[in-house]
Amino acid sequence: MTSLMDHPSRGETIGYSFSQPTAAPVKEHSFYPYTDNGGSTLGITGSDFAILAGDTRSTSGYNINSRMVPKVFKIGGDDETGEGAHILLSVVGFAADGNALKERLDTVVKMYKYQHGKSMSVGACAQRLSTILYQKRFFPYYVHAILAGLDEEGKGALYSYDPVGSYEREQCRAAGAASSLIMPFLDNQVNFKNQYIPGSGEGHALEPKKAEPLPQETVKQLVRDAFTSAVERHIEVGDHLQVMIITKDGVEEVYHPLKKD
Amino acid sequence: MNHFPEAWGRPRDDVYGAYNHSYLQTSGPKTHTMSPAVTGTSVVGIKFNGGVALATDNLASYGSLARFTDVKRLRVFGNQAVVGFGGDVSDMQYIDRLLESIDIRENYSTHGNMLNAKNLHTYLAKVFYKRRSEFNPLWNHVLVAGFDGEGKPFLSSADLLGTTFSAPHLATGFGAHLAVPILRRLFPDEKPIEEVTREQAVSALKDCLKVLFYRDARSLDKYSIAVITQEGIDLKEDEQLESQSWAFAERIKGYGAQTN
Repeated sequence: MTSLMDHPSRGETIGYSFSQPTAAPVKEHSFYPYTDNGGSTLGITGSDFAILAGDTRSTSGYNINSRMVPKVFKIGGDDETGEGAHILLSVVGFAADGNALKERLDTVVKMYKYQHGKSMSVGACAQRLSTILYQKRFFPYYVHAILAGLDEEGKGALYSYDPVGSYEREQCRAAGAASSLIMPFLDNQVNFKNQYIPGSGEGHALEPKKAEPLPQETVKQLVRDAFTSAVERHIEVGDHLQVMIITKDGVEEVYHPLKKD
Repeated sequence: MNHFPEAWGRPRDDVYGAYNHSYLQTSGPKTHTMSPAVTGTSVVGIKFNGGVALATDNLASYGSLARFTDVKRLRVFGNQAVVGFGGDVSDMQYIDRLLESIDIRENYSTHGNMLNAKNLHTYLAKVFYKRRSEFNPLWNHVLVAGFDGEGKPFLSSADLLGTTFSAPHLATGFGAHLAVPILRRLFPDEKPIEEVTREQAVSALKDCLKVLFYRDARSLDKYSIAVITQEGIDLKEDEQLESQSWAFAERIKGYGAQTN
């Protein structure tokens, strides 16, 4: 039949559908499995504490989904209250991936305790988080994660990640929608970049100001200033500021109001 | 007449245009699950003192065609939760069957179905997230209403990507643009839900549905509304929007044949 229909000498010129099985152009996947839920996070360490903060706005496009969706989590604590947790995780980017990642890391930290009879160190947890992210290298968790806790010496520890698991221990890190607004502020105010000791040299040959761990009150104020400024200039940031402070005494969680416009 | 019998009864290209064969693919990835077919529009929900109210209209559209005008998009789970479905209707029916089997299984357990709205929402969000991760999404955006483990009113959203969020008032689809601003104005954040009465909540939902019917082209004036309180679920599925005023319509200019 097919040969008949393909015969070149046939007089008919009118085409009709379903005449032969056609090699149709491949239809592309129209489904995109990611979305950006906006928001921003920020972590700073001190000599005996670490602070992890994030705004609580959830967006999709120009819509505000909710004004109260926290993105800083206690890891390894009680399911409902988070009691007993000694590690903090913040996730910003695609919220569904962020939740999945949080739950996986939480399970890992709990299983570690059940199996080894001791709490997982922050360093070990940091390495494990990198592995979890890299395992999904070709379908990544679309999040920027920051992990915080206290190291073996009791000093504040902060680890920041890219979506596929590259990580680094740092003094401070901003992530998410307003990271490009907050990070330069942190460079200047935490690591004292571009700050010099007045009168320490001739002309412009001044001695740079050395970075050293800041006291807790200063850091708290820096975090709040960073976010009030970010809210002014970024539409995806606002509503409330969630701040978690981890010290040897445990985790303290406070909420501050931010502009809701 | 075309004298090739194979052509008889088939749509002629010069009359109907060539058929788009990308819809009849025999090889390559499955694509019909990659876009919704028959869809429902907005779901609107609000918490009030002692409960939650949820509403949808009764329309299932096929593209721009108002295909089914009597489709119930509020589904009751157990005796304590209601799910409002937006998006693909066949996926809604699949999820409904899924929930029904869970309800039956739970009712065989010692204590009966103990799953509350919060549990149900967690479950649905995980189903959505798993399916999106398999690139085989369930094309829905749902609101789950009921009570959490502590008996407090619960209202939360889950969508085809597995994204979840909760707020005192929520709306999916077009309602996110039209209904949420109305609800936020009526019940601002400073006003706790304990100060919102059941009557206020229900009347606000009706207002929202009315605005949606005015401006959402894929909506209907027949709707369903569920009010969930500790006393039980009050579900009405054959409601009619009342006191519409189309007076504003004659002032709309800039469309159609009018010249000035």
